[in-house]
Amino acid sequence: MKNMRNEILDILRDDAKASAKEIASMIGESEAAVAAEIKGLEDEKIILKYKTLINREKINSEYAEGLIEVKVEPQRDLGYDRIAQRIYRFDEVTAVYLMSGTYDLSVHVEASTMKQISEFVFEKLAVMEGVRSTATYFIMRKYKEHGVIFADDDKDERLVISP
Amino acid sequence: MNYDKYIAKVVAEIPPSGIRKFFDIASEMEDVISLGVGEPDFTTPWNICENAIYAIETGKTHYTSNHGTTALRQEIAAYLNERNALQYDINQIIVTVGASEALDIAFRAVINPGDEVLVPAPSYVSYMPGVKLAGGVAVPVLTVAANAFKYTADVLKSVITPKTKALIMPFPNNPTGGIMTKEELAGIVDVIIENDLLVISDEIYSELTYDGKHVSIATLPGMKERTIVINGFSKAFAMTGWRLGYVAAPLPLTKAMLKIHQYTILCAPSAAQEAGLEALKTERKNGYKQVREMVQQYDHRRRYLFEAFNALGLRCFEPKGAFYMFPDIRLSGLSSDEFCERLVKEKRVACVPGTAFGEGGEGFMRCSYASSMENLKEAIKRITEFLKENGWL
Ligand SMILES: Cc1ncc(COP(=O)(O)O)c(C=O)c1O
Repeated sequence: MKNMRNEILDILRDDAKASAKEIASMIGESEAAVAAEIKGLEDEKIILKYKTLINREKINSEYAEGLIEVKVEPQRDLGYDRIAQRIYRFDEVTAVYLMSGTYDLSVHVEASTMKQISEFVFEKLAVMEGVRSTATYFIMRKYKEHGVIFADDDKDERLVISP
Repeated sequence: MNYDKYIAKVVAEIPPSGIRKFFDIASEMEDVISLGVGEPDFTTPWNICENAIYAIETGKTHYTSNHGTTALRQEIAAYLNERNALQYDINQIIVTVGASEALDIAFRAVINPGDEVLVPAPSYVSYMPGVKLAGGVAVPVLTVAANAFKYTADVLKSVITPKTKALIMPFPNNPTGGIMTKEELAGIVDVIIENDLLVISDEIYSELTYDGKHVSIATLPGMKERTIVINGFSKAFAMTGWRLGYVAAPLPLTKAMLKIHQYTILCAPSAAQEAGLEALKTERKNGYKQVREMVQQYDHRRRYLFEAFNALGLRCFEPKGAFYMFPDIRLSGLSSDEFCERLVKEKRVACVPGTAFGEGGEGFMRCSYASSMENLKEAIKRITEFLKENGWL
């Protein structure tokens, strides 16, 4: 059976601007029921935030993004959580994941310039207690993010009318 | 030179396509939102494309067996069994150049000059010409909105004559979105058997149903032995341009169709067959996840559009299959043709007049929801303006 929550999430995941009214008509529920469900999802912090995906290459402002592989010493009783928290509290850090494999934390950072990211790494991150090593990679071009292909010009190749 | 005398009479007699004119108008215009497209807006899933590229790289560029590759026919047999409860041996299956070729070889394999074939009206544009080109007489069977565009025993009885040889089953239907449930099919089976008719069942939209699963008429008692099942990859796997379909039938009929196929087509494109193999194999392994996700998206658009049209007073039968909506435009007092022509010229929204699909189509237009929600919303906005400016809303 279809589940209204999952259907709403599927729609919003693809289009955060879809209104309760539209969603209601798409899934055959009342607007009030959909609005209540969305409110529930927000209250339960299942929906955390509605954000916008931006193609930075098209705007004229300096921008840099990097991925840092961080090896850390887990702490007794706290595991990786404490060190992760110390890292993710920095404003320039946009994402932190605990990874399986050869390093521990994957840290994503955004800044205006690569220099700022470098400075962040050697002034803040590499010297942090519990951090054993870092390896920094700068993103040179984005091809696809959150399922969206950046280069797509959305051209419909189909004939305008077909049987 | 007067070419008329060279052109075969049967070809000359086929009327020009009702779609052509709209194609010409719409393709000249900029910024057209088209609800006139009879194919998925999804692109072929990349795993399928990738496998075809690999097939070409590794030299799978030769003729295959006339039937189609064994591996593909095995997958088709497994697919038909799992999805549509149909059991066929692989030698009962022919891989064709789309469902289009399958329809053609089915018609030609069974029709003698003058045989009558029952063709649904309104319905897909190829049936009528296909029957005529095979030398048959196409007899329309009217289906109506009030009866959800289904066949009924009574309507069938009223058009069957001693010359009737076959019936085309077109469900889920293009352009109406009508389907038939198991119980409804059971209601027409007796008429079919009593009159010893053959059934040509075009199930190309079998994956796209929104209110319960598709039921093939061949699964009803006594029907498999008299049914030619046609299906393909175009709609379920967004593979229209690959030209890949198939037909499954009782062995003597398969053999008859194979005779035509082997001499006129030889085999379906080999790279496309590899693509189709990947499509079926991966979907089967993943529990038809891609198909399910696609159907969910169509369903969202279907519901949105259905509600929007009805709110505009363009009364609409709720389609249960395929990806078409068939709203009634008679409140305008215009013919379908005029309505669609003015809509595209005044508001740059392209739809197809119901009359393009034969009898029973006047008063309706076909709107495809194989289009993004964004497009559908914009189309509804423009149609609303159109109705208001003309005083119909
Ligand atoms: C009802 C119906 N049958 C058959 C076809 C042709 O399918 P194929 O691309 O497999 O030739 C179509 C295509 O629009 C269709 O709508």
